[in-house]
Order: sequence, then C-alpha cells, then structure tokens
Amino acid sequence: MEGEPRASQARSSDLPAGGAGAESPGGCSPQPGSGGSCALLQADVLNLDEDEDDLEVFSKDASLMDMNSLSPMMPTSPLSMINQIKFEDETDLKDLFITVDEPESHVTTIETFITYRIITKTSRGEFESSEFEVRRRYQDFLWLKGKLEEAHPTLIIPPLPEKFIVKGMVERFNDDFIETRRKALHKFLNRIADHPTLTFNEDFKVFLTAQAWELSSHKKQGPGLLSRMGQTVRAVASSMRGVKNRPEEFMEMNNFIEIFSQKINLIDKISQRIYKEEREYFEEMKEYGPIHILWSASEEDLVDTLKGVASCIDRCCKATGKRMSGLSEALLPVVHEYVLYSEMLMGVMKRRDQIQAELDSKVEALTYKMADTDSLTGAICKLEDRVECANNALKADWERWKQDMQNDIKSAFTDMAEENIRYYEQCLATWESFLTSQTDLHLEEDSEDKL
Amino acid sequence: MEQAPSDPERQLQPASLEPLGLPDAGLEAAAGEDVQGAREEGSGVDAMTENHFWLKKIEISVSEAEKRTGRNAMNMQETYTAYLIETRSVEHADGQSALTDSLWRRYSEFELLRNYLLVYYPHIVVPPLPEKRAEFVWHKLSADNMDPDFVERRRIGLENFLLRVASHPVLCRDRIFHLFLTQEGNWKETVNETGFQLKADSRLKALNATFRVKNPDKRFTELKHYSDELQSVISHLLRVRARVADRLYGVYKVHGNYGRVFSEWSAIEKEMGDGLQSAGHHMDVYASSIDDILEDEEHYADQLKEYLFYAEALRAVCRKHELMQYDLEMAAQDLASKKQQCEELATGTVRTFSLKGMTTKLFGQETPEQREARIKVLEEQINEGEQQLKSRNLEGREFVKNAWADIERFKEQKNRDLKEALISYAVMQISMCKKGIQVWTNAKECFSKM
Repeated sequence: MEGEPRASQARSSDLPAGGAGAESPGGCSPQPGSGGSCALLQADVLNLDEDEDDLEVFSKDASLMDMNSLSPMMPTSPLSMINQIKFEDETDLKDLFITVDEPESHVTTIETFITYRIITKTSRGEFESSEFEVRRRYQDFLWLKGKLEEAHPTLIIPPLPEKFIVKGMVERFNDDFIETRRKALHKFLNRIADHPTLTFNEDFKVFLTAQAWELSSHKKQGPGLLSRMGQTVRAVASSMRGVKNRPEEFMEMNNFIEIFSQKINLIDKISQRIYKEEREYFEEMKEYGPIHILWSASEEDLVDTLKGVASCIDRCCKATGKRMSGLSEALLPVVHEYVLYSEMLMGVMKRRDQIQAELDSKVEALTYKMADTDSLTGAICKLEDRVECANNALKADWERWKQDMQNDIKSAFTDMAEENIRYYEQCLATWESFLTSQTDLHLEEDSEDKL
Repeated sequence: MEQAPSDPERQLQPASLEPLGLPDAGLEAAAGEDVQGAREEGSGVDAMTENHFWLKKIEISVSEAEKRTGRNAMNMQETYTAYLIETRSVEHADGQSALTDSLWRRYSEFELLRNYLLVYYPHIVVPPLPEKRAEFVWHKLSADNMDPDFVERRRIGLENFLLRVASHPVLCRDRIFHLFLTQEGNWKETVNETGFQLKADSRLKALNATFRVKNPDKRFTELKHYSDELQSVISHLLRVRARVADRLYGVYKVHGNYGRVFSEWSAIEKEMGDGLQSAGHHMDVYASSIDDILEDEEHYADQLKEYLFYAEALRAVCRKHELMQYDLEMAAQDLASKKQQCEELATGTVRTFSLKGMTTKLFGQETPEQREARIKVLEEQINEGEQQLKSRNLEGREFVKNAWADIERFKEQKNRDLKEALISYAVMQISMCKKGIQVWTNAKECFSKM
C-alpha cells in the first residue's frame, strides 16, 4: 500500500497554480489559488478564534476555501515550493509515506484498549522533521475523521473500519479482528495522504506527528461545544426543510449512490459467504485424504493408487487454503471498504444538501421579505459562493472517487479471478501427474474417451 | 441334529442341467467385452478375455424404468418402479444383435433372484444389488426412492448386477437366472418351487457356528477381517465424500449470486458496465457447472458402494464355511463320543458319565442281551457317522476349494475395478479443474476490461 501511485494523476490537475484546473473552485471572488487574497477574504468573513494560525483556519472553514487549503499556495519554505513544482511534473511522486503496525494492548484500571504505531516519513517542508513515530488508538482516528468531515463537508473522506462487528461475538481483542482493523486503518491514513486536499489538512499533520499529550491538548482546541451544537441544530432544521432545488447532476449522483450502496452491500455479503463456504469445504477436505491412506493399509494391490489419490487430495486441500487467504486479502477488505464508502457518500450528499438548504431558506426569506433586505442580500451572496464551492468540491472529488473505485474494484476482482485460476491450475497439475503415473497405455485410452 | 443322509450339496443343484444345445442355448453365456462394455458406456476394460472361455452370446441391458401402480400381497394399492430388461443375442461374425427377450421386473424380483443364488451357490461371492434406499446422500440429492435421479442410478446398478451374474463363469449357467431374463409371468412361482427358502441356513445356526467353531480355515478368518475393514473404510469414505460434495456445491452456487448483482450494478456504470455484465454471466456459468460435476461423482460413489455391498457377500461365504466347519466338528465330536460309549459298554468300564450308566447303577445292571443290543445299535450309528464324517469332510474341502477359487477371481476383479474407479475419479477432477480454469480466465478477462 505504501508508495502505490494512487490516482495521483488527478493531483496535478488539482493545482490551481497552473490556472483553473478541472477541480479548482471557480466562482469564488478572489482569483483561485492566490494565497494573499485568500487571507483577505478570511479577515472579512470569518469569526476566528484568536489563537489559530492560518493553516488551521483553512481546514476549519474550508467551505469557503476548499481547494485553497492546498497549502502549496502558502509556501513556508523553499523546500515546499520545490515539492509543489514536483507535483506538477511527476504524477507518481509521493512525499508522505505512512505505515500502521504493531498493535499493542494497554491496560488501565478503567479500560483496556489497543494502540497502533504510526510511522510517517516525509520530505515535506512543513513537517518539522522527516520521520515521525507515534502511537494512536481508534478514538484518535475517529477524532481525525470528525475533524476532516467538519473541515471538508463535501469532500469524500475515506471510511474508517467499524467500531464493532455486529454480527457474531467477535471480541474486540481477537487477533483476526485486530489485524483486519490495522490494515483498514493503514488504508485510511494512506488514502488521506493521497487525497489532493486532505493531505495538507492541519489536523492530519498533528495526528501524524504530535506526541500523546500534544494531541490531547490540540483536540481540546476546536469549535466550542456551543458552536458544534449550533451546527447540529442548523443541520437538523435544514434537513427537515428538505431539498427542493437539488441540481440535476446531484440527483444523478444521489441515484448512483443509492444503487451502488445496495449492490456493494450485496457483494459484500456474497463475498463473505463465499469465504465461509470455502472454509467449510477446506475443513472437510482435510479429513478426506487420510481415509484413502487408511484404506491402503488393507489393500496390497491398490497401495500406490490409494496413496496417490490421498496425496492429490491433500495438495488440493492446501491449494484451497491458499485460495481462501487470497480472497480474504485481496477481495474482502476492498469490498468492505466500499460498503463503508457508500455510507460515507450518503453523508456527503446530505451535507451538500444542507448547505444548499441554508441558501434556499435565506432566498425564501428574501422573497417573502421576512427580514432586512440588505443584510439578507449580503448573506445570500456569501451563501451562494459557499454552495458553489461545496458543489464544485464535491463534483471534483466525485470524479476522483469514481475513478479510484473503478480501479480498486477492477483490481480486486481481477485478483480474485487470478486466485481461482491459480487454484485450479495447481489442482490440475496434481491430478494430471497422478494420472500419468497410474495409467498404462490401455487405460489412458479409456480416460481420453471419458474426457 | 442329524442331517439327511444324502449329500446336501447335491440336493442343492439347480434342476435341468443341459443348457448347451437347447433352445435356451442363446443364453449359453455372456461375459466379455460387450457385457462389461454396456456397464462402462461402450469403452470396456476387457478383463475377462484372458479368463473367460465362453462365447460372446448375449447382451443384457436394463434400458428403462417406469412408475407403476398395482396391488400388493395385502390387496392394497402401491406404487413401484418397474425396469425393462432387454436381452440381445450377438451374432459372433458381424457383431449385429437381435432382440431376443424383453420383460419388466421390479426390485423385489431382483432380490428374490439374488436370495436364490445365495442359497444355491454358497461358495460364490454373489454380486450385490444396488441399495434399496438412498444412503450417503448429500443434501441436494433426495433420499426419495421415487426421485428420478435415484431411479436412474438404480437402473444402472441393476443392469450392472445382471451383467456381473452373466459374466460369472458359474452363475451364468443357472436356469433360474435364465428364466429371470426370459420368462416374465410365473417366474416367481418357479423360483419358489425350488424350495430354496427352506434350504437356507438359519441365521441363528450361522451365528452359533461363528461363535463356537474351533478350527476354521485361517484364510476365511482373515477374509472376514478384511471384509469388515473394507466395509468400514468405504462407508467412512462415502460419508466424507458426501459432505465434501455438499460444501463444494455451496461454494459454486454462492458465486451465482454475483451474476445477478453484477448485472444490476452494471446498469448504473458507464465504463464498468459491460465488463461487469459479462463477468456476471461467467459467474452464472461457474455456478451451474457444479451440477454435472457432482452427478458424475455420484457414479463414482456408486462404484464404491458396490464394493461396500460386496463386503457382505464375502462375509456370507465365510459364514457358510464356518457353518460347515462347525457341523463337521460337531459330527466328529459326536462320533468320538459314540465310539467311546461303545468301547465302555464293550469293556465294561465307565470312564465317562452317562445317564445310562447312572440308571444302571441305580436300578441294577442290564442284561448281557441288552448290552449286546445297545452295542449293535451304537456300532451301526458309528458306521453311519463315519461315512457322514467322511462325506462332510469331502464337502468341506470341496467348498473351501471352490470358494477360494471364486474369492481369488473376486479379488482380481475388485482390484481392477477399484483401480479403474479411482482413476476415473482423477479424470473427473481433471475435467472439473479444466472447466474452472476456463470460466475464471473468461471472468478475469471481463474484469480486466472494466
């Protein structure tokens, strides 16, 4: 997963530096991507908490400045400028490498939990050093995800593995569960790193680099409880109003998401079921071969044949085991991740709709002259920008996501097909070599007839 | 309990022993390629040619099965399946065959035939019938006797049975067997008229003999152990095979679900749509391929089952030997005791306890005339007994000789058949793997085009 070129060709077109790329948000009043004017806008519009630096602001209120939170536009060092130029030229260059490993159990009087070691290697200038090692627990990942969603409500944030597994009594600390989760967390962080916008998110950087106590104090700085509550109230209110004017393309998107969600869930179930059936087949096969050995003990003239059959069955059994583990590594996690993605997507659609609903309500207010015209008009203007940014952000990210999804699904299923081919080829070779060892000319003619 | 003085074995000879040269001679003997060929679908292992010396005369096939209703012995309506048996005589020169006989039989008539053969040929390992009820089924297969697949497999099994009998050097000459193939009506009565049921050894006697026999031929004891092992290992194998088949069925069939979902998904995908749709089709092909695969495997299972049932036939021969040996030992013991009694009477010494001795003591000596008379009777009995012992001994040895010859023949047949079955199993696996490679290669191509 590390170093894998992940649709990073999309990244170069992200950069506003070269002028309007497909994904740069047009329509915001300052020129896209010029750092200076972004700062201007900030001062006008935002109600800032005093102690936040620029980067934080960007990530917090990205509803305005989504694409511009691509901090290459705010170089803090020559090195980062070099990085930026590199982005444009070499699509495959990654400068942030993350691994998640070494799950460790921690026991306190109150609770037991697992932490994972996260190693980050980077050449980016804005990082104080080129290598970091920290330990994080699942809660921390949840926090990070929440912050990303807050900062980029209409971007498609990668999904986290589930909190618990509902089906079956899987202990939280069961080895398989931990390993599956570890892999998913690794994927999560790498997807963020590969995302043209999210990769420069400040909370993300803190997550990767801060020591435990630093992280705790950073977490406490955030929009206060009241403002969070306010957001929730607004969200609920607007969702109650419903979406009247959802643009056509988002209707299509919504439709796609609904059907995709259905289908990917089914595929997840089917794939899990296949794994289960293969496992049970494997278990039965284990018993099947040895019976032939047992039989050979009482048959002098059939010893070779019986032992041969037994060894073939055993080898096929092993091949089944390999096929199973191939399935569980290549296919199942990918399909499951997209199940979670589909949930995520529905959330993104809702948030987009909310943003639009806020605009719609103000427009309505204006139409019915429910409040002071001037302030309404001003607010509407800002909201219009906000909506446009949000929509463009989503559209761009949507295209990127769809491309990724296609590649991932394609390669997962191709791998599955490859596993099966390999399995059958192995078994074929085993049985064919048995057959040649057994048959004399006469019986060979027979078997050819039967084939 | 004393047996009838005449040779029991001769009594059991089937009647009418000149099949050669009579109109029935069309059934002179079968055996050889065609017969076994019919069993093995046209390509035959001709195992019999070096051993058999009968002319290729007939072909037997159980060609159809039909559901019938009728009235049973208690005049209640019942449904059963009847099987059409066709016999063809094969002209030696040009290999053309003409239908000579065709009649319908039901399973119970086959059972009757076999029971008859068991009684009249106790030294022969009599071929078994296919199972009466479906056993070792995996979940997809029905255990219902009326199920068409079961009926079909039973039809093949019955044909196999007839072919085995027809290719057996001794059994093929039996008149009742010939009539089974040629005389539809009245055959049951004819069989029953032989009185074979009365001649059958009682199970209880046989069990008693098995426990009490002192000196059975070691080879038969070994054979009994072998047949127990054979039965146990084949049962175990069939059970596990059925479970494996079940699981394999599950794996294949679940893949079929992909087909439907891919197809529905492809409706919303512009670029991936085609690839998904055609991949889905291949998943359907994969899922449905398991039905044929497992049907073929069922035939393999039937081949093993035949030898599972053969184990019982082997045990029957062993039991007969034990019974004969036991009777022999009992007769010898009886003779020895009579001889001793005679001696004691003659010499006046009483070494052994006898009721007569006691009563004599209690009630006084017998007269010399009485004693003479008794000695005379005993001497006669001893004479008879000695003759009987001699003929039983002879019978016993004949039996062992003939039985062992058939057992050797059986062993070779079994080794050939089982080896062939195992090889055919490998062939089936190979075919399954090739199909799998084909389907998944196609699917992979579709996926990679997505």
